[in-house]
Amino acid sequence: MLSINGLRASIEGKEILKGINLEIKPGEVHAIMGPNGSGKSTLASVLAGREEYEVTGGNVIFDGKELLELAAEERAAEGIFLAFQYPVEIPGVTTINFLKTAVNEIRKYNGQEPLDAARFLKMVREKAKLVSMNDSLLKRALNEGFSGGEKKRNEIFQMAVLEPKLAILDETDSGLDIDALRIVAEGVNSLRSPERSAIVVTHYQRLLDYIVPDFVHVLYKGRIVKSGGKELAFELEEKGYDWIKAEVEAEEVNQ
Amino acid sequence: MSTETIDLKTKLITDFHARESVMNGEAKSAFHQKKRAAIAQFDELGFPTIKNEEWKYSNVRDLISASYNFNASDTLSADDLVDLKMPEQAANILYFVNGHYNAALSTMVSSTDQIIIDSLQNAYKNNPELVNSYFDELVKDDTDSFTSLNTAFAHDGVFIHVPDNKTVEHPVILRFVSDSRQENIGSQPRNIIAVGKNAHVKIAEAFRTIGEQRSFTNVVTEINVGEEAGVEYYKVQNESENAYHIGTTQVRMLEKSHFYAATVTLNGKFTRNNLNIVIDGEHCEAYMYGLYFPDGTQHVDNHTVADHRKPNSESNELYKGILRDKSKGVFNGKIFVRPDAQKTNAFQSCKNIVLSTEATMYTKPQLEIFADDVKCSHGTTTGQIDEEALFYMRSRGISKPEAMSLLMFAFCADVVSQIKIDSIREYLENVIAEKLSEK
Ligand SMILES: Nc1ncnc2c1ncn2[C@@H]1O[C@H](COP(=O)(O)OP(=O)(O)OP(=O)(O)O)[C@@H](O)[C@H]1O
Ligand SMILES: [Mg+2]
Repeated sequence: MLSINGLRASIEGKEILKGINLEIKPGEVHAIMGPNGSGKSTLASVLAGREEYEVTGGNVIFDGKELLELAAEERAAEGIFLAFQYPVEIPGVTTINFLKTAVNEIRKYNGQEPLDAARFLKMVREKAKLVSMNDSLLKRALNEGFSGGEKKRNEIFQMAVLEPKLAILDETDSGLDIDALRIVAEGVNSLRSPERSAIVVTHYQRLLDYIVPDFVHVLYKGRIVKSGGKELAFELEEKGYDWIKAEVEAEEVNQ
Repeated sequence: MSTETIDLKTKLITDFHARESVMNGEAKSAFHQKKRAAIAQFDELGFPTIKNEEWKYSNVRDLISASYNFNASDTLSADDLVDLKMPEQAANILYFVNGHYNAALSTMVSSTDQIIIDSLQNAYKNNPELVNSYFDELVKDDTDSFTSLNTAFAHDGVFIHVPDNKTVEHPVILRFVSDSRQENIGSQPRNIIAVGKNAHVKIAEAFRTIGEQRSFTNVVTEINVGEEAGVEYYKVQNESENAYHIGTTQVRMLEKSHFYAATVTLNGKFTRNNLNIVIDGEHCEAYMYGLYFPDGTQHVDNHTVADHRKPNSESNELYKGILRDKSKGVFNGKIFVRPDAQKTNAFQSCKNIVLSTEATMYTKPQLEIFADDVKCSHGTTTGQIDEEALFYMRSRGISKPEAMSLLMFAFCADVVSQIKIDSIREYLENVIAEKLSEK
């Protein structure tokens, strides 16, 4: 479904991603962990189509298409969804109106008729229930004045509405209380299917108790330096990153 | 100075004296004496140039380089209005065509014990003392030559009087239409609004044009807000590409009154709005909202004044603009806090989105504070559309133009949502949505 090959990207002349390789098959969940500043959010942003980043090498194939040639909105319509580490506040645009526009623009891209108001509302209500999202939040300006947890929940709610093929969750768990964490995880799990995949960026093994990954990768200094099964997350939780950093540095010296 | 400049000024002054010479006893009236003083002041001041600090960014050279028929007859019929798609609702709707009241097009729904609405001309005929007691009283110290010019030629417009303790249920909508299908049209409506103690009313002025020739509107509105009264006043401009508009709204607020203004400029070649509020009572609240959305080579200039003369009052101001193409915008917001006006709260904000490198916005907040125990703040921002917000929306599948249009609609909504006359608010939402989808 997603194939990242030697991806390099920089911002303001500084190289952040230094050759990422990653293969994600339909139905798989990949967790990406790694120290602060290692490039996790950058990878997520580049996949979602943020234009500030300059791709300087490599390519990405998503469902047979050259992903990097598509505009952000086209990627969304093709089925990519990014749950932001820091969701943006958009004053004056209600969540419900925003989502209605999004749903119908995606339908238009895919040659479908727009959803009528009644069907849209019914669908939205169901999804809101799924992530225990309060109806009153839907009528408020998007994320404006939302608490940290409400913003994260809103990301998962939007994901549930848009039903992406590939969801990229960037630290959706940070700032959530235990109950919210479970609800968010349930939301993600309810979307799991043999066709849908997910990239879960997190610092905490805790989330992976709920969303059990098929693979765990460690991103460090713009590269995936270690990959393993879900047990790797336990090992990281226990030992931290120093041993991995040491391994990488030793390798750098050898080169 | 070009010869044409001299021409329009001279022509207007000559016109004035020609009219005066055929007047009989009326020339001696107190009413006319005010006009005579005004034409003398206009003669002395002349049209402003950009050397005048108040007109630094707004050059009227082009406006005064043409001639205008200020006495055009009114040939407008109801059929002509269809194309203007004006919103309908139960309201007192008065039409002024080329500056003259058109009774046939107008409808009145409120009873006369709630509100007296008449053309200025009729009101003066019926009750000259009453009209004269308000006429020019609020603007007599104004040193703007356009205001003097309007006073000198004040002939028609609206006279509104809301008696004490009346809450007028239906709004008053004043529609000023310039019919420039045949020739360049000039009009100088003069409106007098007097709202009694504890009386409440909503009033809108809407400016439109029919025809492709030039129109020059020079309007002055004087609004007296009585003690404990509440007035909502909206000015909506959606004129042609050849429309020149200069307007002054002068407001005086008394004790415990509330005044809300929203000024929305959607279209017009050259627009200058002066909104001057004198807060002459304690515990007053004044609100000024503004929105302008010029494109092409349009020019929109808003000058506002909140003049706090008494303690314990509050003024709030929010002006917003979206500028496209080669348009220009000007915002000048003055706040005066006089020595007596302790415990004043005065807030001002002007936010702009400039969508083209060739568009320009000039902002100038001007605070003059002579009291020490006051809270004042002001801020202006001029920038592009929020890139973070844009990416967030695009990442959800919303195309760039659609995302921009949603963001800009929301930007405008802060002002438009303040408008409490439903038909006008909905009309503005539609026109703004249409303008946003154009490009
Ligand atoms: N706009 C930018 N300008 C300059 N440097 C940037 C910019 N965006 C990111 N970076 C830098 O790129 C590096 C990677 O940042 P990124 O946000 O991808 O890290 P991360 O792995 O997501 O970290 P965290 O765990 O703290 O979220 C950091 O050093 C960061 O400072
Ligand atoms: Mg990050």
